[in-house]
Amino acid sequence: MAEAHAVHGHAGPHDAPPELRHHFVDLPAQREASALGMWVFLVTEVLFFGGMFTAYAIYRAIYRTAFEEASNLLDIKLGAFNTAVLIMSSLTMALAVWASSQGKKNLIILFLILTILLGGAFLGVKVIEYKQKFDHHEVPGPHFAPLNEKTHQPLPPQSELFFSLYFCMTGLHALHMIIGIGLLTWLILKARRGVFTPRYNTPVDMVGLYWHFVDIVWIFLFPLLYLLGRHTL
Amino acid sequence: MSSYAPDETPRVAERPNYLNAGYGPKSWLLTIDHKRIAILYLSGVTFFFAIGGLYAAAIRLELVTPAGEVFQAETYNKLFTTHGVMMVFFFMIPGIPGVLGNFLIPLMIGAKDVAFPRLNLLSWYLYIVGGLIALWATVHGGVDTGWTFYTPYSTVYSNGWVVVTAVGVFIAGFSSILTGLNFLVTIHTMRAPGMGWSRMPLFCWSMYATAIIQILGTPIIAITLLLVAAERLFHLGVFDPAQGGDPVLFQHLFWFYSHPAVYIMVLPALGVISELVTAFARKPIYGYKFIAASSVAIATLSFLVWGHHMFVSGQSVYAGLVFSILSFMVGVPSAIKVFNWTATLYKGSVSYQTPLLYALGFIGLFTFGGLTGLFLAALGLDIHVHDTYFIVAHFHYIMVGGTIMAYLGGLHYWWPKISGKLYPEYWSRVSAWVIFIGFNLTFFPQFIVGYLGMPRRYHAYPDEFQVLNVLSTAGASILGIGYVIPLVYFAWSMRYGKDAADNPWGATGLEWETPSPPPTENFPVTPTVTGRPYDYLTGREEAAVG
Amino acid sequence: MSGENRRGAHGDPHAHSSGIGAYLGVFAALMILTALTVWAAFQHLGVWNTPVALGVAVTKALLVAWIFMHLRGSPKLTIFVVSASILWLAFLILITASDYLTRSWLPIYAS
Repeated sequence: MAEAHAVHGHAGPHDAPPELRHHFVDLPAQREASALGMWVFLVTEVLFFGGMFTAYAIYRAIYRTAFEEASNLLDIKLGAFNTAVLIMSSLTMALAVWASSQGKKNLIILFLILTILLGGAFLGVKVIEYKQKFDHHEVPGPHFAPLNEKTHQPLPPQSELFFSLYFCMTGLHALHMIIGIGLLTWLILKARRGVFTPRYNTPVDMVGLYWHFVDIVWIFLFPLLYLLGRHTL
Repeated sequence: MSSYAPDETPRVAERPNYLNAGYGPKSWLLTIDHKRIAILYLSGVTFFFAIGGLYAAAIRLELVTPAGEVFQAETYNKLFTTHGVMMVFFFMIPGIPGVLGNFLIPLMIGAKDVAFPRLNLLSWYLYIVGGLIALWATVHGGVDTGWTFYTPYSTVYSNGWVVVTAVGVFIAGFSSILTGLNFLVTIHTMRAPGMGWSRMPLFCWSMYATAIIQILGTPIIAITLLLVAAERLFHLGVFDPAQGGDPVLFQHLFWFYSHPAVYIMVLPALGVISELVTAFARKPIYGYKFIAASSVAIATLSFLVWGHHMFVSGQSVYAGLVFSILSFMVGVPSAIKVFNWTATLYKGSVSYQTPLLYALGFIGLFTFGGLTGLFLAALGLDIHVHDTYFIVAHFHYIMVGGTIMAYLGGLHYWWPKISGKLYPEYWSRVSAWVIFIGFNLTFFPQFIVGYLGMPRRYHAYPDEFQVLNVLSTAGASILGIGYVIPLVYFAWSMRYGKDAADNPWGATGLEWETPSPPPTENFPVTPTVTGRPYDYLTGREEAAVG
Repeated sequence: MSGENRRGAHGDPHAHSSGIGAYLGVFAALMILTALTVWAAFQHLGVWNTPVALGVAVTKALLVAWIFMHLRGSPKLTIFVVSASILWLAFLILITASDYLTRSWLPIYAS
């Protein structure tokens, strides 16, 4: 049975820090809830991308050679470059989180800007890649007519499945990058106002988790989409 | 220790509470109070339930005569599709979590609100926007694919508003995900001091298990619907056999969510029943740990059985065997709950008020529907009854005879807390009986016609099934009336009902320690929990106290 | 008990599980592993091409999660939650695959 003790669950209204929301006992409780919330959200993202990974896994198993041939049409240099760019952006993001835990405003902004630039570079390369696909008739639909680069023979029809999944998976990933860049911009605006202190840097930490997750998705996309057929060359 | 006699102290003046804390549309549409958001959900789900109900009426109207005379076949396809989409995605899935979950969870655990109140409001907006988008599609011609959107019909051949409807469902799916996220974090991090996991009300355990399913399952239908939309818009052939795609893969992805989804629809109801049974037997619930564990077991096992929807799809027989065995197993935790409720009622001080009437109706009908689920888990039997009215009756027994009765039972039980008013007991009992009779008359004949071979989703049927169909439609009319009566008297009670005491049932639980209706901040001082849950005195203890 | 809304119930959220040195180390490891996986893709490893590629990807992901995402200092609940997502994805992929893999066991199906 509950007895209503006069437990002072939270500080009085005059000394509550401005970042503390009214329904939390204290900042550590708020941070714990925020972190759990973001991780649970990332869990949903794992499953969200996971549905497409499932489709990819099944079709790749069934149409192995068609998928390998189609995969070799992707530009491995651009793909590897993008992988390196994203890894670098994860480093700068981790450094931004570190800087925010120290309250070093200028460093926070610097690292956030670097992260945005690297993310932008990634997206720029993706635009180039997509345009290449368009030009080479590798986009699924009525104009789909890809040719093997070495033999100049048309690819088997199931290669269209590969490219459908390629565009869906990298497209969804790119959308997440764009959202991430938006979040980073929002963080810069907050950082400029001096919001982040050693006591409170939760938003930077949470966006960091999101950004690293998007990096992890690419860590899997790159070998599965770009590398799987190279050994046949 | 006090005994729990019903509190009948009359209330004098209007105390500040969450209902009079602010007036006007902005105070409601921009609220972050979980109790107001619950009322917003109540409005939304009632609206979409009415729409789904209208389409059900249209279906039953068509099925009065064997020849399809009222609607064309293509129109009929749109009727059952819209009925399914509206009921599943915009009533059942958001229903109990949105209304009762939102209202009660913070109160039950002694918190001031959920973990992310603004996200909670966003959830409601996503739900409404998704629903309105789906409604737009309905009004402009609708979809005829069935709520299951099977490919390649939905992706290539259908002429309906598939993409728009899919977008509406997708957005509502995010509402569901965020609600689950909110509840999971709330239950993990915001319980009052002293409320360990084994002191938490069983409704919260059910909502926790529901949240697990919402979080792990809903993203899959989200991506699947996106792929369907992409395939339709951009001719990507992920599920198109012409490109080597496999329609059965769509079914795997669809049912991976949609089977656990039925547990999103039923687990909260199971939690409500646990609360009702213990309150109206005035006895600590029997087997608390088993009931709590069974909720989590259902959440986990529910993800491993989806293939039982695909026994006739071309799925491997060996996979079917495994799905069949697991589907038998998933019935066990539900049965455990039924046994524990029965044991709770046994030798309890039972008072047959309206919430308990609904709970008893639930126990009978849910058990019945669940047992027919075992028939369907048997691979060989399912081949015979798949896509017949046997299936339709099975899931309506659980969803309508089960969940909707639990929803109504919970609404009645907590109405004094939510509104500060009492509903009229006489009319509430009348409607409970009307609903029970109407329900059984509607759906029991469907088991029979289904077993005899009448297929589902057809607007015409052989003459020999007419009598049973007419009975079913008659039942549906009665059921419809039964649903309207509470609408009327709940609204009436807001204005003319007697004021409710803080604990009119004499029940245990932190929510009954607050005023009816509660103040915005729930608890001026965070309570500390020291005793076991459902701490009703046994008969001997009461006699000793005197 | 953790999870309760009570003052002092929560650990120091700023306990640094990793310093800058760890970040730079992980960065270097990730770049090396990327180069490795690209190189390995061109080798003729037979059935081992895919497992090697996936193994490298999993290693990289674990490094990012453990160090960059501070899983190293995180409560056990967080690690449990993350593991659940992987497990559930495994259910989806493996059980769906079991359908496709066993379809041909009955001779009436074309493979």
